[in-house]
Amino acid sequence: MGTLIILLVFVLFLAAIFTGGYNRRYLERARESWLWGWITTVDHKKIGIMYVTAGGLFFLIGGLEALLMRLQLMFPNNDFISGDIYNQLLSMHGTTMIFLVSLPLLFGLMNVVVPLQIGARDVAFPFLNALGFWLYFAGGLLLNLSWLFGGAPDAGWTNYATLALPEYSPGPGVNYYVMGLQITGIGTLMSGINFLVTIINMRTPGMTYLRMPLFTWSAFVASALILFTFPPLTAGLFMMMFDRLFGTHFFAVAGGGNVTIWQHIFWIFGHPEVYILVLPAFGVFSDVFSTFSRKRLFGYTSMVFALVAIGFLGFMVWVHHMFTVGLGPVANTIFAIATMAIAVPTGIKVFNWIFTMWGGRIRFSTPMLFANGFLVVFVMGGVTGVMLAVVPANFQFHDSYFVVAHFHYVLIGGTILGSFAGIYYWWPKMFGRMLSEQLGKWHFWPFYIGFHLTFFPQHWLGLYGMPRRVYTWMPGYDLELGNLLSSIGAILMTISLFFFLYNVIWSFTKGEKAGSDPWDGRTLEWTVSSPPPEYNFAQLPRVRGLDPLWVEKSAGNGEMQPAEPLGPIHMPNPNHLPFLMSLGFFISGFGFVFQSIQVGVLGLVLVVVTLFIRSFEEDHGYHIQPEELQTKGV
Amino acid sequence: MNIESKTATVAGGIPSEPEKATLEGKNKILGFWLFLGAETVLFATMFGTYLALKEQHLGGPRPHELFQMPMVAAATLILLTSSLTSVLAIMGMHENNVQKMRTWFLITVLLGFAFLGLEAYEFYEYVHEGHTITSSAFGSSFYLLVGTHGSHVLFGVFWITGLIMQAGTRGITVHTAPKYYVASLYWHFVDVVWVFIFTVVYLMGMMA
Repeated sequence: MGTLIILLVFVLFLAAIFTGGYNRRYLERARESWLWGWITTVDHKKIGIMYVTAGGLFFLIGGLEALLMRLQLMFPNNDFISGDIYNQLLSMHGTTMIFLVSLPLLFGLMNVVVPLQIGARDVAFPFLNALGFWLYFAGGLLLNLSWLFGGAPDAGWTNYATLALPEYSPGPGVNYYVMGLQITGIGTLMSGINFLVTIINMRTPGMTYLRMPLFTWSAFVASALILFTFPPLTAGLFMMMFDRLFGTHFFAVAGGGNVTIWQHIFWIFGHPEVYILVLPAFGVFSDVFSTFSRKRLFGYTSMVFALVAIGFLGFMVWVHHMFTVGLGPVANTIFAIATMAIAVPTGIKVFNWIFTMWGGRIRFSTPMLFANGFLVVFVMGGVTGVMLAVVPANFQFHDSYFVVAHFHYVLIGGTILGSFAGIYYWWPKMFGRMLSEQLGKWHFWPFYIGFHLTFFPQHWLGLYGMPRRVYTWMPGYDLELGNLLSSIGAILMTISLFFFLYNVIWSFTKGEKAGSDPWDGRTLEWTVSSPPPEYNFAQLPRVRGLDPLWVEKSAGNGEMQPAEPLGPIHMPNPNHLPFLMSLGFFISGFGFVFQSIQVGVLGLVLVVVTLFIRSFEEDHGYHIQPEELQTKGV
Repeated sequence: MNIESKTATVAGGIPSEPEKATLEGKNKILGFWLFLGAETVLFATMFGTYLALKEQHLGGPRPHELFQMPMVAAATLILLTSSLTSVLAIMGMHENNVQKMRTWFLITVLLGFAFLGLEAYEFYEYVHEGHTITSSAFGSSFYLLVGTHGSHVLFGVFWITGLIMQAGTRGITVHTAPKYYVASLYWHFVDVVWVFIFTVVYLMGMMA
């Protein structure tokens, strides 16, 4: 309680510094500050920018963790980092990259772009959208505070039971994992529902399902996956929390529990989760290939079908993470075949991307570089994926560096290259300024070469028998060269990121102003100014075909025709409750981490109070009158 | 938009289906259906865990020794009736009859409290017979599943109580109608989950 009061005073103190001292107008000035504007915003574009920024921040932390591990593994018998810290690093690297980096970066892009691409003025639930972001941020912050208070989670990102139970992980580390992911997960579920409803209900006239850009389609399918995969994680985390805090026996064998249940629940969540991470990246690449080849996407309908098929099959393959558990040959065979079946729709997509470029007028701008790099990397990751799906071979690959190489090829190759491609592609739309093409190439090439240098030798390290999740290795087993190359590659990737950071600074200071359509685009987001006005469209555009802007460019005067007369535009009010509610969850989570039921309940009371305030609030938003609109036309 | 033409208006100028009259309302209802889909998966996970662990009672009381049909049947009857009363409340809303809606919602809430009282009494008995959340894996999974359902009921009664208060001051408008509607959807969902708990946990437990 004392700590809470001190923290509260500290926050007020900080707020006073930012706003210029206490006096009668203190609250008023706090409201007028830029920070308050960002905290209370419900604008999907601002929330998108916050997602990308927070994702970038955690990317630096997760990347630093990876770099430290690679430095430790550079030479045999190295003692740069001890086993205990190494365990925390590997657990936090995985957890951070999956939950706090990949998904938020994609969510950021989805938030900015999806409403624009379907011709909507906002998402369906602006309030929930803000709440989703703040919950994610609160969970991420809680997870990373573990480094400062009590030690980080150390049972791997999969947090397998027995190892994660108090007997073997007595510190608060795994509690941070459980509470941090629980809070983040609630936020993710809300955002998923929000995107689904937005895409189903708020498409502009003429924007039929089969005219939606592939990025919107991928956001739609990924959101559907979120809807059905995050609840099992929620349930599993509750069980883990109860086992650790209240002495229940879900996974504790001595009390009749079963460790395999955690594995099932985790992977029923975890496998669709990796498709949630990669499908939006597929969407980004589809839009990029089409735009920078100046062709409509080859095989649009089959691309949509493939997305849906991958999403559907993604639910039926979780046991391929558990082949060595011993579920029997029948279960293993069924899941092996289902896994291999996913290669078919993925193959359809790869060929369609290649055929989109075939005969197109290709421009190798930075997004297109990342897209082409992705094709090579992802096919390689896919091939090792099919190799891993072969059960007898899997028994050999299991828990070796071969697996590490595989999933970094698909996750970095898919999600991270996809996020970078998306950021370079939509940066002008988000901020109204261009990124440097020159620096973009300086970012891409070291990153790409460094990536292969890091992870390609790891295939061999795994085949030579180097296990995952060990903090050191012995000389004399042919592991020297591979590990050295791998660590040099990691350093090269780190260097490349400095070019990206410099590019960001360059863009804000010297970057040329982007017009509404810097890439000669094809879809609706390029019809509004950069950055778009808060209401997006003065008049909703009328869509007359796939790639609506391109349709108008080739058939009309290059401008969208309006689907409605000019009129007042309804906008939602900014609201500070999402932030407060997330603060409640944060306090509650922090309390439970240290097994303080009082603080835990106190935080939940704050959550319930804010819920009721929200329910009783009469918030009808406001209207922008036509004469206030900054831009004419569509 | 053809919403105005589709919905015949009744006395007071409110459309006959006020919950779907605005885009916000339609969004809210669709979003809530999707949320219920997510909730279904949440409960499915807990059902699965319960089925996997229900034989692990470690020498403690077994399901058929614990469960008492009269009390569980009474709880089931109460909860199913409360679903009916929430339907009647929504019918009141469609008739633009605030008083009828509030009355039936109030009865729903009271039935909800009655159910919770029975459940609390039931848990109290079980604890005395040595069946607790930490006694065995059976106990852990039982209390997680039934307790999660119970906390949904608890949340529901507070939620609907809040809505009854709002209905008193704001009545039935296109802004408030979607709230009443999704609250009743939620209540039905909680009811359906109980039907499964009654079957899978109690009936199947007593048969063994």
